Amino acid sequence: MYSEITGPLLVLIGTILFAIPLGRYIGKLYNGESVWTDKILQPLDRLLYFLAGVNPNTPMRWQQHLRALLTINLVWFLFSMFVLMNMGWLPLNPDQNPSMSADLAFNTSISFISNTNLQHYSGESGVSYLGQLVLVLFQFISAGAGMAVCAVVFKAMKEKQGTQLGNFYFYFVRSCTRVLLPLSIVLSVILLFRGVPMTFQGKDQFISLQGDTLHVSRGPSAAMIAIKQLGTNGGGFFGANSAHPLENPDAITNAFENSAIFLIPVAMIFALGYMLKRRKLAWMIFGVMTIGVLLLLIPTIQQEMNGNPAIRSLGIAQPLGSMEGKEVRFGSAASAFWAITTTCTSNGSVNAMHDSLTPLSGMFAMLGMMINAFWGGVGVGFLNFYVFIIIAVFISGLMVGRTPEFLGKKIEAKEMKIASIIALLHPLLILAGTALSSYLYAHHPQEYAGWLNNSGNHGFSEMLYEYTSSSANNGSGFEGLGDNTPWWNISCGVVMLLGRFLPIIGPVAIAGILANKKQVPETAGTLRTDTATFGIMTFAVIFIVAALSFFPALALGPLAEYFGIIH
Amino acid sequence: MSNSSNALFTGPLVKEAFKQSFVKLNPRILFRNPVMFTVEIGTAIMLCVCVWIYLGEKSQGSLLYNCIVTGILFLTILFANFAEAIAEARGKAQAESLRKTREETPAKWIQSVGEIFTNEIKIVPSSQLRKGDIFLCEAGDIIPMDGEIIKGIATIDESAITGESAPVIREAGGDKSSVTGGTKVLSDSIKVRVTAEPGESFLDKMIALVEGASRQKTPNEIALTILLAGFTLIFIIVCVTLKPFGDYANTPITIAAFISLFVCLIPTTIGGLLSAIGIAGMDRALRANVITKSGKAVETAGDLDTLLLDKTGTITIGNRKATQFYPASGVGKDDFIRAAVLSSISDDTPEGKSILELAAVDPSVYGVDKPEFIKFTAETRSSGINFGTTRIRKGAYDAIRNLVQKAGHSFPDEIVAQVKKISSNGGTPLVVSENEIVMGVIELQDIIKPGISERFERLRKMGVKTVMVTGDNPLTAKYIAEKAGVDDFIAEAKPEDKMNYIRKEQQGGKLVAMMGDGTNDAPALAQADVGVAMNSGTAAAKEAGNMVDLDNDPTKLIEIVEIGKQLLMTRGTLTTFSIANDVAKYFAIVPALFIASIPALQSMNIMRLHSPESAILSAVIFNAIIIPLLIPLALRGVAYKPIGASALLRRNLLIYGLGGVVVPFIGIKLIDLFVSIWF
Repeated sequence: MYSEITGPLLVLIGTILFAIPLGRYIGKLYNGESVWTDKILQPLDRLLYFLAGVNPNTPMRWQQHLRALLTINLVWFLFSMFVLMNMGWLPLNPDQNPSMSADLAFNTSISFISNTNLQHYSGESGVSYLGQLVLVLFQFISAGAGMAVCAVVFKAMKEKQGTQLGNFYFYFVRSCTRVLLPLSIVLSVILLFRGVPMTFQGKDQFISLQGDTLHVSRGPSAAMIAIKQLGTNGGGFFGANSAHPLENPDAITNAFENSAIFLIPVAMIFALGYMLKRRKLAWMIFGVMTIGVLLLLIPTIQQEMNGNPAIRSLGIAQPLGSMEGKEVRFGSAASAFWAITTTCTSNGSVNAMHDSLTPLSGMFAMLGMMINAFWGGVGVGFLNFYVFIIIAVFISGLMVGRTPEFLGKKIEAKEMKIASIIALLHPLLILAGTALSSYLYAHHPQEYAGWLNNSGNHGFSEMLYEYTSSSANNGSGFEGLGDNTPWWNISCGVVMLLGRFLPIIGPVAIAGILANKKQVPETAGTLRTDTATFGIMTFAVIFIVAALSFFPALALGPLAEYFGIIH
Repeated sequence: MSNSSNALFTGPLVKEAFKQSFVKLNPRILFRNPVMFTVEIGTAIMLCVCVWIYLGEKSQGSLLYNCIVTGILFLTILFANFAEAIAEARGKAQAESLRKTREETPAKWIQSVGEIFTNEIKIVPSSQLRKGDIFLCEAGDIIPMDGEIIKGIATIDESAITGESAPVIREAGGDKSSVTGGTKVLSDSIKVRVTAEPGESFLDKMIALVEGASRQKTPNEIALTILLAGFTLIFIIVCVTLKPFGDYANTPITIAAFISLFVCLIPTTIGGLLSAIGIAGMDRALRANVITKSGKAVETAGDLDTLLLDKTGTITIGNRKATQFYPASGVGKDDFIRAAVLSSISDDTPEGKSILELAAVDPSVYGVDKPEFIKFTAETRSSGINFGTTRIRKGAYDAIRNLVQKAGHSFPDEIVAQVKKISSNGGTPLVVSENEIVMGVIELQDIIKPGISERFERLRKMGVKTVMVTGDNPLTAKYIAEKAGVDDFIAEAKPEDKMNYIRKEQQGGKLVAMMGDGTNDAPALAQADVGVAMNSGTAAAKEAGNMVDLDNDPTKLIEIVEIGKQLLMTRGTLTTFSIANDVAKYFAIVPALFIASIPALQSMNIMRLHSPESAILSAVIFNAIIIPLLIPLALRGVAYKPIGASALLRRNLLIYGLGGVVVPFIGIKLIDLFVSIWF
């Protein structure tokens, strides 16, 4: 049993140890300091700036940053819609896969530009190789865009008083070429050596022992799998995602892929510490996030390794833990570890079926996405955390009898307005989406009967999970949900869109407004934000705002299921 | 005023507040408080539900149960209104006691013909006096209106306003020329020019503010209201979406349960007490005998980074006193004392008088003939006496040195050394010369107020920097600054130096407070973020500042800072408490909602509440009664302890955060034990 936990433990510690220097490197990149990759990659950056016709040295105000972000995302969206709806006749389609319907293309395009990678299609039959390559491109640039806006917020937090917050394209290009690209190359080479395919040839075939001819889908998948993990994208090449043997052949690839899931989200926190020269603050944020992850992770591993109580009550021993929906080559502990890291970081790739997790584990996976700020997605995870910091600073500032200030900037009505809107957006999207679906299902049971594989509490969890995953830009599925219908495609598309861009716009606006405020010098009366006490405060705010709003919904879903089983 | 009762609830106050809590039910008034306004809507809906059940609806539970829920919700609003009303009533009572001093008093109006004032005096009621009128006040008269003395000097009993029984001296010209209506002239007579129209005097305006009539929400209050509105919205979403969830799970949820869950989750505790806290803050300032022009000023006081304090009267007791005579070499001690005493005979300054005190000789024994007294002028910077052929001068070191050296004499080195020694010990040296020959040095010393350095230490722990402002030379200033424990000082200060210092600090993003009384302080008082004018100060100073200290006590700034911090802290801790309560309320209500159709959820009923109805009722009752229970805390304020921000946060988080989680578990369970008798 202990040996089963050793793997995840080593991955956790190893990744954090690697994230610290990586964070420093990312911090240097955004500061514009010289780094060792300059020699090799500077020409590539220059070429990109030249082709795009942008000057990376033109400083932008926060509004300009957002305009740049939204403009390039609109272009990506249109481009993606075109390719996905026409890939049937476009080149690189050896398996003759068809084009997508409009609603599925809408869902998929938003899903990939928003770094969600919710897949209402199956990779083997749903997209051509060209389609896959376009999606890989989005996996890079959507992650790069998330890191770039995070860099804007870092820069704004650093600003004494001013409006010029660096150049968006500078942060964006550097994130893509200097961080994501090199790490992806390294990871995909490792995956290649462990047997993940990378080819443009069509399906392979072999004759099985029974004498049937089997067709095996393959394609340029090693490249996609590396970036899907590193960029917290999660969209797999194959329908079964990282549970598929060609995506994740063995325990070693599993360890590397799992490490890649949370490497950059953790490194971004240390990048903050380096950029702002506030190491302690970075450690406070890292501490709160990591403790949050562990609070979800430990009971999940315990639940999964303990096995299913319903099976236990039949008198059947489960020495391997709950193995339904899991791959024998990974086991229950590694699968539980993956499930929590992938949901906490808005990655969404899976190496086991979350539908089959024991009820409480399913709830912890959902909580990871509902909170969406324990590590969180690349760049955007910190932005969510930033909103909680602002609220925590406000309340705790009042508690010590001082007008609240964060890094020397006073938090006033305007910032609170934005922070409140962003904090309530996530519950709104998830609960409203689930409520509408529940309503439709409850009142038109015949029409929508195909939606749910399971009825009752578990069916409810399936719907709740789908919207949680969409709003958190996670992209993992509880599956068991017939989700390729216009209702799910369009409603999830809208939720992903709002869940991506509003939580980016809000924190950037707050940071931009704060950057332009006069900096108040720190005195003994100033509440320090880099202390354990403030960490507890932030944690309490996250728990009450993010977790408690979902309490009634969770009670009807996983909690009811759990208590139903143990009784 | 300062002796006014500190009891929170007295009969008439409660009666008035009770009446007001019904008046405030008016939706147009309640709309300003979004949290309580939604509770009112909820109550209205419940009222409709009760009628609906009465008309025969069967699915919503018993009529009695619904009526009780409606009643408790109604009480919740009343309690919140009561909190605000009692705070206002207290403010009004304070204002009333102030106003009593300003009732109609006969005024001796000096009639004027055009611009010229005659000597005719007419007795008129004070309400007839207009700005610019002049009235006469003699011993025993009550001063009818605020004004400025234009002629005369008088001792005045200001106890009606300040509660301080010791009379004060007010005189024409200078910084102590202002008199306040309602105070009593004890001796002499003064002519006073009215400085305000009736009902518009400084105090009248302040009273209106205290009464809450023109109270505006402060920026911080607005930001908090936004956050609370945000929480309210989240819980609206949570409750509204529960309906389709219930449909899906085939669990009918009654309207009473929905509204109860909603009202329990939204931050009604802080929402109900928020305005009471704000009013109470101004009220506490008033109890400290400080009248604030706005609630914002009190809030700002909590944030102050820098305090500018005048040395004299604040850090040191009154004026400097002569403490030692140092004769020059070759001069006998008695000769020197004689010169020193003679030079001070006509010196009316406290320093001059203290020299006579120290010498303890009667000047008449020296038998001076036909003395010619030389007054102090800014030019010579010395004063003294001429008689016969003797010319005695007393003055600052450099002034006397000029005098001596001009006459061709040398200035003894040991005197230079002595002067430096005195200066560096915080004293002020005065050099005395006779016929341009140096006789010796008199040492004047400041006496630092006992306990003042502890107060500065307390301020330092709050993160407030203290700056001493003095006209002394830098050496003296430095010594006193160190001894008293202030962080910085402005020596040889001119009025514009204060102004510049304030500007410089503000440019660094700091909030600065200062206290002042003179007209030349007015620009700096206006520039400072918190300007506290002494009530004895000039009208200009009072207009420029945003607070007036009725006690004229310069150390009052320290209390003002604490009152400001208390105000913010009370808001913060009660917000935390209110939101932390939600944990227990969730555990009470959510299982109750679903238990009928999903019996397994009984495991989540960790408080073992008796039935769904009793669970919901207990939660709503707890939610309602916690408001009146916290009214005393809201009015008195959370105690401020200068233990550093992080320690303070830890402490308050433990008391109000953890307490806020634990208390409702206990409270709801206890109420349930009682309610379960019927439900």
